[in-house]
Amino acid sequence: MNVHEYQAKALLHEFGVPVPEGHLATTPEEAEKAARSLGTPVVVVKAQVHAGGRGKAGGVKVVKSPGEAKQAASEILGMTLHTPQTPPEGKLVRKVYVEAGSSIADELYLAVLFDRAVEKFALVASTEGGMEIEEVAERTPEKILTVHVDPNEGLQDHQARGLGFDLGLPGDQVGRFVSFVRGLFDLFLARDCSQVEINPLVVTETGEILALDGKINFDDNALYRHPDVVAMRDPEEEDVRERAAQEIDLAYVGLDGNIGCMVNGAGLAMATLDMIHHCGGSPANFLDAGGGADKEKVKEAFKLILRDPNVEAILVNIFGGIVRCDLIAEGVVAAAQELGVEVPLVVRLQGTMSVEGRAILADSGLNITPAETLADAGQMAVAAVDKGSK
Amino acid sequence: MAILCDRNTKLLIQGVGRMGQFHAKLSLEYGTQVVGGVAPGKGGQEKEGFPIFDTVAEAVRETGADASVIFVPPPGAADAILEAAAADLRLAVCITEGIPVLDMARAKSALADSDMRLVGPNCPGVVTPEQCRIGIMPAAITRPGPVGVISRSGTLTYEAVDQLSRLGIGQSTCVGIGGDPVIGTSFIDALSLFEADPETSAVVMIGEIGGSAEEEAAEFVKSNMTKPVAAFIAGQNAPPGKRMGHAGAIIAGGKGKASDKIAALEANGVSVAPSPADIGSTLAQAAPDLLG
Repeated sequence: MNVHEYQAKALLHEFGVPVPEGHLATTPEEAEKAARSLGTPVVVVKAQVHAGGRGKAGGVKVVKSPGEAKQAASEILGMTLHTPQTPPEGKLVRKVYVEAGSSIADELYLAVLFDRAVEKFALVASTEGGMEIEEVAERTPEKILTVHVDPNEGLQDHQARGLGFDLGLPGDQVGRFVSFVRGLFDLFLARDCSQVEINPLVVTETGEILALDGKINFDDNALYRHPDVVAMRDPEEEDVRERAAQEIDLAYVGLDGNIGCMVNGAGLAMATLDMIHHCGGSPANFLDAGGGADKEKVKEAFKLILRDPNVEAILVNIFGGIVRCDLIAEGVVAAAQELGVEVPLVVRLQGTMSVEGRAILADSGLNITPAETLADAGQMAVAAVDKGSK
Repeated sequence: MAILCDRNTKLLIQGVGRMGQFHAKLSLEYGTQVVGGVAPGKGGQEKEGFPIFDTVAEAVRETGADASVIFVPPPGAADAILEAAAADLRLAVCITEGIPVLDMARAKSALADSDMRLVGPNCPGVVTPEQCRIGIMPAAITRPGPVGVISRSGTLTYEAVDQLSRLGIGQSTCVGIGGDPVIGTSFIDALSLFEADPETSAVVMIGEIGGSAEEEAAEFVKSNMTKPVAAFIAGQNAPPGKRMGHAGAIIAGGKGKASDKIAALEANGVSVAPSPADIGSTLAQAAPDLLG
């Protein structure tokens, strides 16, 4: 799960990580008021969307008076932001964060994350702040510093101190840096974050260390123990269909093709997309119906697939282990009848109760193409779409 | 022989809720020695023909169990793993999906001092055909034979096993290692067990996007494996930044792409199936003797 910059900064502040003062605004008037209450000579008006690269796309403006802040907010609010991280249709800006400007002497990069390769937490830092860290890693890997932290031993002060000196910070700032890192790490653990990224971390002309931007991702598996984090969820920032899928406990990812897919199990669902591509087709979605798939769930899954107007055929691929193919077949028949499915249906049932399942489909009188193997299923689904478009 | 479990394995069920009981019953029917269950506060009861104990330690004392399968829900699952290790079990297989990464990171780090092998979490389990079923796999599709199967996924394992069985190629042991970012047994761990197993003569490994375990396994195959290895990588068309069902199946920061994994495997002598329908046939080509 992701949150907005203003929410990330509130969390950082809660954990003692210094951030510039700022206020949220949803209208130009609120932005003007916020700028006035900050009272600094420079304020920054920043679009709040779940995507990076806002500055280059025109979503961040530096202004010098409350009047200018109002003007900037009126330009940013309501705009559709296109950055490398937004979906193709862009993201509509509904909120801006109005923040006190800082006098920047130096920009650094700092992140806490979980490093899967070594199964430890990692502090990742660089002197190249304000740039895409992937780019820095590609061009100048020697400028990326990594310190691993054992999950049971936890962060040691000497690790943070060493990192501060390696970043070239003067001795009198290293103490502040250690406390900054400590706050970041405490937040990371306390809220089950999967990543906390500060880019840039700035050293001001007066020697303060501040988180100028903040991005936090949370471990979805741990949300059950963080109701405060769940409360920060912004449904408007999430894909409508992915959100609907979560509510009924299905894993769904929208894609740009025309063959809707319903599969049980994440690995087989990914492999089904690969199969469709291999046969020259293009899938409309990833959908893992999970181990508990039954009649009702199949119907809900069909509803979800059919919400995508690009879907021209549906491929159901079930390898029954825990899942019973006869229950899936009942669900497919019910969904096709009750939802009035008009697109071609290709159904492959294997494993537990598959003979019974296939009989249910055959007896339904519905126009369902049965497939025996995974290869058959892929070819038949692609053929169904090709036939429809001719 | 096989690996991890055989007809002598004495299995405990940790977490005897609806799912734990259901699969304990299927394992018993398959011929697995299910010797007891663990449910704190329910010790002394009887379920599906085996006794329930309050703690793993007590269950081990009373039954001589050497392995455990864990169905405990996510909030208590990491603790259940550590309880199994504290009771000196040889093997724990964790089926639970949805354990927080932080909990697993801590548990895995703590297991470094233990002799217990953990398989999973978020895995379908382990089956040694006609001998022992641990977990939730539909054991009926397996048949005994010389091929070791290792997979990060559940249903895709069934697909691969089914393809092998249809070609008349049986399996020594099928191991689901799990789809989470932190897992107890890696591809490399399972590959080295199969390399050492005299009853295994070839291995199928099924990977997916996310992490770098397949790349590491590829190098291991080149330097340590004498037996042929065939592979498939799922998610060749997955968009970056999206979690594809499994918590660990995500391309993040340009890392974990299927194309990189396939290139690493092929460069190190592993035959990679071009499509998921070709897993069985790719292995048959890599190990032609198996088709006899």
